[in-house]
Amino acid sequence: MAPTTQNLQAASVLDELGRCGVTHIVWLPDSETGFMYQAMMRSPFAIVPVCREGESFAIAAGLMMGGARPVVLIQSTGFFESGDSIRGLVLDLKLPLLLMLGYRGYLGPNKPPGDSAARFLEPILDAWGIPHKVVDSDASCHLISEMYQQAQRTSHPAAALMGREYRG
Amino acid sequence: MSVMEGTDALRLISRARREEVVVLSESCRQDWPPLSTREELDIAITGSMGKASSFGLGVALSQPDRTVWVLDTDGALLMNLGSLVTIARMKPANLVHFVYDNDAYDTTGGQPTPGSNMVNFQAIALDAGYPAAYRFDDLPAFEAGLAQVLAGPKPCLCVLKVASHGRRAGAGQMKRMYDSFTSIKSLLAS
Repeated sequence: MAPTTQNLQAASVLDELGRCGVTHIVWLPDSETGFMYQAMMRSPFAIVPVCREGESFAIAAGLMMGGARPVVLIQSTGFFESGDSIRGLVLDLKLPLLLMLGYRGYLGPNKPPGDSAARFLEPILDAWGIPHKVVDSDASCHLISEMYQQAQRTSHPAAALMGREYRG
Repeated sequence: MSVMEGTDALRLISRARREEVVVLSESCRQDWPPLSTREELDIAITGSMGKASSFGLGVALSQPDRTVWVLDTDGALLMNLGSLVTIARMKPANLVHFVYDNDAYDTTGGQPTPGSNMVNFQAIALDAGYPAAYRFDDLPAFEAGLAQVLAGPKPCLCVLKVASHGRRAGAGQMKRMYDSFTSIKSLLAS
């Protein structure tokens, strides 16, 4: 089953990041955010591609120590793989970092998860105390700024769960 | 030829240091503190499974006018080998990546790494796209070559083949990572 809303445009996402003053996007492509690639490459943001998601959090931490304002854009599966980087760096350093996580297996609000990645994502974020909201349309894009600002306000990471799948 | 003592190599590095941010990994963070003359610019990356090189990349990208030295270790780099490709792709012209290569996990007692006496980090770095990579097996060679490492193309990797001494009680204590992070962040912003 497809996500209920397909009306999430790359430009809308990037506009929100621009409003937040983001400088760098540290990312590894995934099915949910792959649609943003061309737009990201044309954007004013510095793009830092990584080989494995665990790197992304350490790079973001270094960027932040140097005064930059990065976000991390990866899939939920990469979030799972990055556990100790998130624990040891993002949480222990109290980084006000926005995690933009492709929500693999998300089938829409109030729908059962499409796979185990979707089943475990929100419970794991909850267990680690990382607040999160789903962004699956232009209408919900403002939640990116909301979560970004929450992270800044609380000196604690927050997550935007990107619920659109790339369809080529 | 005697095996190089890691602390002797670190002493040379410390002597050459000016305003560089130094990012430390594993056994380097035990041996470095008594040798450092700029503790306020030192940060030890703990608890992230070998991510000092990635952290150093982030600092280098956000502070292009300041040189960053990563003092990595072989066990940590094996956990984060893809970072060589990521660093090479981003081409930070202000990053020197040292690897304290003792073929062992010293912090857990000196057990051999899977790459022990086999992996060639210099070759891997060059094939990953680093414009320069060096390897030094003894102190006189390193003493003679360090200036070239620091003046040459970057990012560069510099492998230091050093003796393993197993787990040790830490020659010096570093500040907690959080304290180092917040103080260096303020210093870099000023």
